[in-house]
Amino acid sequence: MIMDTDLQSLRQEVKAWLADNWDPQRSLMDWRIKLVESGWGAPDWPEEFYGKNLPPAAVNAIAEEFAAAGAVGSAQSGVRFLASATLLEHGNDDQKRTYLRRILTGEDAWCQLFSEPGSGSDLAGATTRADRKGDHWIINGQKVWNTSAHHADYGLLVARTDWDQPKHKGLTYFIIDMRQPGVEVRQLKQMNGHASFNEVFFTDAKVTDDQLVGTLNDGWQVAVTTLAYERRSFARIRTVTADRHGDGPIYAEYAKEVEIANEPYTWYPQRAGRVDLVVERAQETGAIDDPAIRQEIAKLLTLNQSAQWYGARLREAQKAGTTRGPEGSISKIAASNIARLASDVHTSITDIDAMLTGPQSPRDGIIAEILVSVPAVSIAGGTDEIQRNIISERLLDMPKEPRFDTGPFKDVKRN
Amino acid sequence: MMIGRGTLMEFAFTAEQEQFREIVGRFLTDKSPTTAVRRLMDTEEGYERQVWQQLCGELGLAGLHIPEAYGGSGFGPVELGVAMEEQGRALLCAPYLGSAVMAGYAILLGASEDQKQKLLPPIATGSKIASLAVTERSGFWSETDVNLAATPEGGGYRLSGQKRFVLNGGEADLMVVVGRTAAGLSLFAVESGADGVSASPAPAMDPTRKIADVIFDNVPAVLLGEEGKAPLEDIYNAVLIAFANEMIGGAQALLTSAIDYAKLRVQFGRAIGSFQAIKHRCADLLVQVELAKSTAYQAAQTLAAGEDATVAASMAKAAASECYLHAAKECIQFHGGIGFTWENDTHLWFKRAKSSEVFLGTPKQHRERLLAAMGV
Ligand SMILES: Cc1cc2nc3c(=O)[nH]c(=O)nc-3n(C[C@H](O)[C@H](O)[C@H](O)COP(=O)(O)OP(=O)(O)OC[C@H]3O[C@@H](n4cnc5c(N)ncnc54)[C@H](O)[C@@H]3O)c2cc1C
Repeated sequence: MIMDTDLQSLRQEVKAWLADNWDPQRSLMDWRIKLVESGWGAPDWPEEFYGKNLPPAAVNAIAEEFAAAGAVGSAQSGVRFLASATLLEHGNDDQKRTYLRRILTGEDAWCQLFSEPGSGSDLAGATTRADRKGDHWIINGQKVWNTSAHHADYGLLVARTDWDQPKHKGLTYFIIDMRQPGVEVRQLKQMNGHASFNEVFFTDAKVTDDQLVGTLNDGWQVAVTTLAYERRSFARIRTVTADRHGDGPIYAEYAKEVEIANEPYTWYPQRAGRVDLVVERAQETGAIDDPAIRQEIAKLLTLNQSAQWYGARLREAQKAGTTRGPEGSISKIAASNIARLASDVHTSITDIDAMLTGPQSPRDGIIAEILVSVPAVSIAGGTDEIQRNIISERLLDMPKEPRFDTGPFKDVKRN
Repeated sequence: MMIGRGTLMEFAFTAEQEQFREIVGRFLTDKSPTTAVRRLMDTEEGYERQVWQQLCGELGLAGLHIPEAYGGSGFGPVELGVAMEEQGRALLCAPYLGSAVMAGYAILLGASEDQKQKLLPPIATGSKIASLAVTERSGFWSETDVNLAATPEGGGYRLSGQKRFVLNGGEADLMVVVGRTAAGLSLFAVESGADGVSASPAPAMDPTRKIADVIFDNVPAVLLGEEGKAPLEDIYNAVLIAFANEMIGGAQALLTSAIDYAKLRVQFGRAIGSFQAIKHRCADLLVQVELAKSTAYQAAQTLAAGEDATVAASMAKAAASECYLHAAKECIQFHGGIGFTWENDTHLWFKRAKSSEVFLGTPKQHRERLLAAMGV
């Protein structure tokens, strides 16, 4: 626990630093370099890697001071967050030095290359192969559903390096340069009309030895870290808002960066159900007077609030070291339940107008987008069924399902 | 409280009805594959003339429930239900619900003998597309929701007001409109080219069905049947029952697709259908589909028996639309990532299910209606 008095002096320190350094006339890159060098861009990171080693409460206070000053922060949204969290835990010092800085400055965008046509839930069943050739690795195979891969400079790649081992023991985690001839990215259209995920094809793509994260054939452990961060922060990490406005060229640059970063994610708030709109919508349509709908709304608000409070408890417990690890799955199931209920409530409120879509439909098409986006919540980032398996087997210690995939991977049945 | 004798009857389709189902089913499998659905949903008209002609001609589907005296084949709600169920399964893009069912029933139940003789044959043969315009504000039909004004003038009437969500309102040659006169709700016939009518397509979430907003500005119209005597509730029941049968056809298609995929898809060295998490949900879905089918079939039977079908119709609508949507959600979920793509066909049914949930009244509204009809 951090003391209030410490927070007060920290706030003073941030204020003073911002007063001396924040200048909206600078270029975004100039400013980000300042952030990286001072540690204020990633205050919870270690001091030797662009941070200040501060606890979450301090990070929040700092973010508030930045907001109050209208100051732009570092670029940590989306898969950049997952990449940095994973590298901080499993990367070697060289990798941290090479990649973390450019994540914070926003120079590099990242994507997650886990799922394959034949292995989604069964992530460890990946068949994209990495073969050793001289001092580097050659990648062949296909990934799919890779959000934002069409904007990415680097990918977090899980590939098979040993086919004779059981499946979890033959995977290796790599950083792959997406801007090379052997990597082909094709956008995939979704049922809601957006195209934020991709298919990625590797044909003799190259990965160097120093892009191997963790140890050879131990990639599963690294992937689990990435997934844990993804689940825990499912509802939070994706979007950034261009909430900084003011005079000065930096704001325009920042708005542009946010626009590109958010392009694949514009529908993510809708997929989460837009609980924030429910009461307003019920008031504007008159549904607020319908007792059956009032009940639904109150139920939704309760569910949403309890999930937020659970998240707060979880963050404290993580800090105190009293968690077991897979608790993020509880948050993720809660997010699915909220989204599904919100979609139902929006439908009740919207009545027959729920048949419409597009700019002329309620709230500029936002309501329609909720209805056709919510089905993604219980699939993306690990399906609800997988989360329930994790909760029951790893949090409740229930007997495991009998397994049919424990032998050498090359002998395991697959699609 | 009895719901009507229909609910107490034992019910099975006859051999002829089963044979009829097979013929319709085969035709639609052939003519309405999802490649055709995808092509047609992107067109303005939304259906294929040639298939429509065959459907109405060779198969005689548009006149199925219309008596022979008016150019139809004189079958009843049960056979109509079979035809609808098969259309729902195949996600047929056609003005069938709007023209044959909605406008067809409105004229059949509300127009005078002469009018039926004149107006029904082209609907029964499919040579004319008709539509029924009721909804103004809510999707749920109620006496108080109709405000479109009809004023007598010369020998006829003039209509002013607005209708929304008119199924096939943009393509219709003839529109049946519910309006209000001093005597109450009345049915009117309006020719598509009539002065003062303007129909504009409404962008629909479910592109396989075309809906329109229609504005009436002092439009000349002919009264159907007697003024103030539009049998709105009877028309509603008949339409809801046909609609419920369409929805359970869609639900069955989704159930089949979900199960097929669960048997095929391997993860963790085994078919995903071997996980009880999936298997039990397939079983639950079958339970829900069978129960919803029972309400839809029984409602058709009740209507065929000439009994008050209000309770059965609203039960069927509520049960079928919830079942349909649930089947769609489960089908997407069982497919995983691919179920959320445009390329996979599941979303076509999902969107039909989602808009069917609110079209002609939400499940909640129908639950209230059925309780009210039971006197509860
Ligand atoms: C919007 C969106 C964004 C995504 N972004 C990314 C991304 O950036 N990077 C990336 O790598 N992936 C991404 N994904 C992919 C996502 O992680 C996978 O779709 C998901 O893990 C499911 O895998 P799958 O699609 O292969 O489905 P499958 O694994 O084939 O699952 C099919 C069904 O079987 C069930 N099932 C599978 N195994 C079990 C079991 N053991 N017990 C019970 N049920 C089971 C599943 O729950 C599901 O219902 C994204 C997906 C979506 C929808």
